[in-house]
Amino acid sequence: MSETYHLTTPLSDETILKLKCGDIVYLNGTVYTARDAAHKRLVDLLDAGEELPFDIKGAVIYFVGPTPPKPGDPIGSAGPTTSYRMDSYSPRLIAEGLKGMIGKGKRNKDVTDACQEYKAVYFGATGGAGALLGKQIKSAEIIAYPELGPEAVRKLEVVDFPVTVVNDAYGDDLYKIGRAQYEVK
Amino acid sequence: MSVMREIAYEDIVKNVRDIIVYSASNLPEDALNAMKEAYENEKSPVSKKVLKQLLDNADIASSEARPLCQDTGLAVFFVKVGADVRVVGGLLKDAINEGTEKGYIEGYLRASTCHPFTRANNKDTVGYNLPAIIHFDIVEGDKIDIEYAAKGGGSENVSRARVFPPAAGKQGVIDYVRECISDAGPNPCPPLTVGVGIGGTFEKAAISSKHALFRNIGSVNEDPEMAELEDTIKLELNKLGIGTMGMGGTETVLAVHIEANPCHIASLPVSVNVQCHSSRHTHITI
Repeated sequence: MSETYHLTTPLSDETILKLKCGDIVYLNGTVYTARDAAHKRLVDLLDAGEELPFDIKGAVIYFVGPTPPKPGDPIGSAGPTTSYRMDSYSPRLIAEGLKGMIGKGKRNKDVTDACQEYKAVYFGATGGAGALLGKQIKSAEIIAYPELGPEAVRKLEVVDFPVTVVNDAYGDDLYKIGRAQYEVK
Repeated sequence: MSVMREIAYEDIVKNVRDIIVYSASNLPEDALNAMKEAYENEKSPVSKKVLKQLLDNADIASSEARPLCQDTGLAVFFVKVGADVRVVGGLLKDAINEGTEKGYIEGYLRASTCHPFTRANNKDTVGYNLPAIIHFDIVEGDKIDIEYAAKGGGSENVSRARVFPPAAGKQGVIDYVRECISDAGPNPCPPLTVGVGIGGTFEKAAISSKHALFRNIGSVNEDPEMAELEDTIKLELNKLGIGTMGMGGTETVLAVHIEANPCHIASLPVSVNVQCHSSRHTHITI
């Protein structure tokens, strides 16, 4: 049975271990944005032994490149992008303390193994629901790499941001379980 | 000699700008109806819930003029130019690009074009979300017919093309499309429209598979043989169980659209172009 949780970031190991794939989570607090280009730079910083532009311990990263805000709005439409493009970078960030990722689509084994080893989860948000999801973001501030445009790292404040646990810290995968239930061989 | 009809460059710019802004936040009726139908038919409660979220999203987008999706796509055009019309004040291609840039800037849409390797955004160099992808054709008459779609990256990334030997036949096409959609799983944002280009040459198949996505969902293929193949493939794909956003379910594909062309005696080119549920396409005649 899937559970519903209201959680506030940063997330602790104890919280992560409560979550099972299929659970509905409403996220509150600070979430950071990063896509491929920003991920590469974050991992380059770690390789060079330098500090990241935000505290990664307990953090949640949202894979999103929003549309520009209209005057008076904090952000434009902001749904998830496809996550596999971050697969080669995520395990490194998880090892540094990243606890949650929000995106859409499959992750590879390196990522799901890292989720098990270091206690992290991958949340799915609804792809293509950018207008609806953008409204749950109350503020947005670019904190790194403004030259990347939509791919800059933003610090978001979210309220009841709706996500579903796709990969939990126990190795289960909602996409596999869901599909197996309805596949006609 | 017949008299050429003249259309002002600025008229093209304005029309293109307007359809881009409108399409970003208004799901066309055919796509909206198909999504509502999927919602009615879906057996999985999880997928049904996500479909409801997508229908709510379409309401919010349209009533508040917000983009349906943050991926406002690359601007793709199929343009049929009548032989008896000419654009005055500039090139038609430039007018379409100018209208595209205006639409993306003034509609607060995302600039999503970049250099293939440096990944530097094109907005300050080539232009905001430029260049547009334009396919021209010359036809009879004195009109300019413009089909437009905003094509997102997630669904484009799972698309593929291959030239089969003729022996592969219809079954080869069915298997290839099934493999493509099965491998893609949740990534291209199902429920999908699947464009299949069959025949022609390598690039003709690819362009046909793209153009097939511009057809209204729910319309019937004029060629009865292809209409039947569309139904067969759709049935096969909905057995995959992928469901909305890959959550598992019975409604993975809204429609399969085929465009077939004559091909070389040695080849059977097949291309699969995938469209996410946010099928933002429109058609105007000037």
